[in-house]
Amino acid sequence: MIDIPSLLTNGIAALVGPSTIFFALLAIGLNIHFGYTGLLNFGQIGFALVGGYGMGIAVLYFGLPLWSGVLVGMAAGMVLALLLGIPTLRLRADYLAIVTIAAAEILRLITRSTSMTDFSGGTQGLTGYGGGFRQLSPFDNGRFYSFYGVRFLGQDLWSICVGWTVVGLSLILVFLLVRSPWGRVLKAIREDEDAVRALGKNVFVYKMQALVLGGVFGAVGGIIFALTTQSLTPDFYSPPQTFFAYAALIIGGAGRVLGPVVGSMIFWFVLSITDNFLRQATAGSNPLISFIDNQDVGAIRFVLVGVALAALMMFRPQGIFGKRSEVLPDAR
Amino acid sequence: MRAEAPDVVPGQPGAGKPDPVLVIDSITRSFGGVRAVDVAHLEFQRGWITGLIGPNGAGKTTLFNLLTGFDRPDTGRWTFDGIPLSRLAPHQVARRGVVRTFQLTKALAKLTVLDNMRLAAPKQTGERFFGALLGTWGRQEQANTRKAMELLARFQLDAKAEDLAGCLSGGQRKLLEMARALMMDPTVVMLDEPMAGVNPALTESLLKHVKSLRDDGMTVVFVEHDMDVIRDISDWVVVMAQGRVIAEGRPEALSSNKTVVDAYLGAHHDQALEFDAEGNPVGQTAVLVAEIESELEAAIERGQDLSA
Repeated sequence: MIDIPSLLTNGIAALVGPSTIFFALLAIGLNIHFGYTGLLNFGQIGFALVGGYGMGIAVLYFGLPLWSGVLVGMAAGMVLALLLGIPTLRLRADYLAIVTIAAAEILRLITRSTSMTDFSGGTQGLTGYGGGFRQLSPFDNGRFYSFYGVRFLGQDLWSICVGWTVVGLSLILVFLLVRSPWGRVLKAIREDEDAVRALGKNVFVYKMQALVLGGVFGAVGGIIFALTTQSLTPDFYSPPQTFFAYAALIIGGAGRVLGPVVGSMIFWFVLSITDNFLRQATAGSNPLISFIDNQDVGAIRFVLVGVALAALMMFRPQGIFGKRSEVLPDAR
Repeated sequence: MRAEAPDVVPGQPGAGKPDPVLVIDSITRSFGGVRAVDVAHLEFQRGWITGLIGPNGAGKTTLFNLLTGFDRPDTGRWTFDGIPLSRLAPHQVARRGVVRTFQLTKALAKLTVLDNMRLAAPKQTGERFFGALLGTWGRQEQANTRKAMELLARFQLDAKAEDLAGCLSGGQRKLLEMARALMMDPTVVMLDEPMAGVNPALTESLLKHVKSLRDDGMTVVFVEHDMDVIRDISDWVVVMAQGRVIAEGRPEALSSNKTVVDAYLGAHHDQALEFDAEGNPVGQTAVLVAEIESELEAAIERGQDLSA
């Protein structure tokens, strides 16, 4: 009745798939913001938006080559971080949260507005900017490649290889930074800004560097995802995406180098398994589960993930990798 | 060790010092309508331990916050070694050599004791973004670790170096904060109530450490509201009340100063209490007792808790 092998192969495909990569990169950025520095960025998806659209618009509207479009996307993430950080980083942490979530929505509404159709494609979005990326692929784009029963289309396999390379490089960068004295200052700011000021550190500059770095990771995530899907649609960049990235970060463990990546893998693996299981269990004339309609599965899987997340917070608030002493109010 | 014997300076508020390291002029700070700090002139002598005392709400901590850049004054300017310090941000003040601690200790609980110390080391290449990536900070880090361990040993915290600072007792946190300040090789150390919340058994050792700072050539300014603590270790005492400096002088001279005692105990503390043969208050004492009783009754009628 339930096809277990297909559950697993789909789950494993999700474990390494484009969504995992995208949310891993968003969560790596949030890990710098929230996990290490204590900055509450609730608009990480806005950084992905400016990354993806920055690249798309640079290629389609300004006719730049794709590689410079990638640089424009990253620079856009940097500029957004500076614009959001300058007015808010001197204020209390919650101001940044409000401004970032608002900014991400403003960006989404601007890109989808009809008056911007020539520029950002409006509600139609953008396509046709990333052909150069597929041409670089060593794989046969239209062919299926199978690994122990897990099948990938050649074009996706290429995106996945590039994506994981970028994730790997990002992790090395984060690892080098957080083990350095620079990372130590961030962790100290997370705990008590005034103590760090009294020790002669310019807290504002560090918070700004952290915001920019994490924002660029978000922009890179947006770029990789836009290259994978070969299309940009504004409504993909909606506020819940930021919170999926937060969920991934918290599952894996905030303030740990590998936390966001492992969290993102678990998030999409579990989501894929529950989705497939529920779809199979509610399908057909004599379904295994009769009280759930097949149409509702897409919503119910998120309910289940939410329940699992709540349970995780109760029994292991530090996530998979986190240190318990770091999330409890007092280290004692 | 001392630059001059304390008794060469006359004990008036705002008295000039032979070699002042901090000089304050007409500094004011109001919160709402209340003048929290209003100091016309004040000098801190280099190489002395200066105690800043006064009852609660005298403006001692506010003055500390102003001098270290954590708060902005309404008016006033002050110099450190002749360099103007007013309008500088807290980290700029600290880098110039005026380092403070806090009344509620700010030991970073989720960092190790050793990391707390290393964090304070100035001019680290590894603290710059690209410096951190280049990885050329290892040697400097080793030197900072050595220095940190020496200081921790001096403050009897070396056995705790690898523990999280959150595991330390209140007194040990005070010691850590003091040791951490020394990582910056400060000229002036400003301690905000170093004895507050400390186990009395540790007070003696804390006082010894404060003295050792002076013996190393640092200037120490500390806030305290307990007069007894101050008498033992201060070379000079500045008394504040209601935002103003009301007296300054050698500690032994001040305990007999009428202005100071009034500020602490109220103006009528020396009034003798009179009782008749049955132990009932008479005269002025009876008036006082009646006042206190009516206050208590009023408090009970308002439903307040008298045990507090």
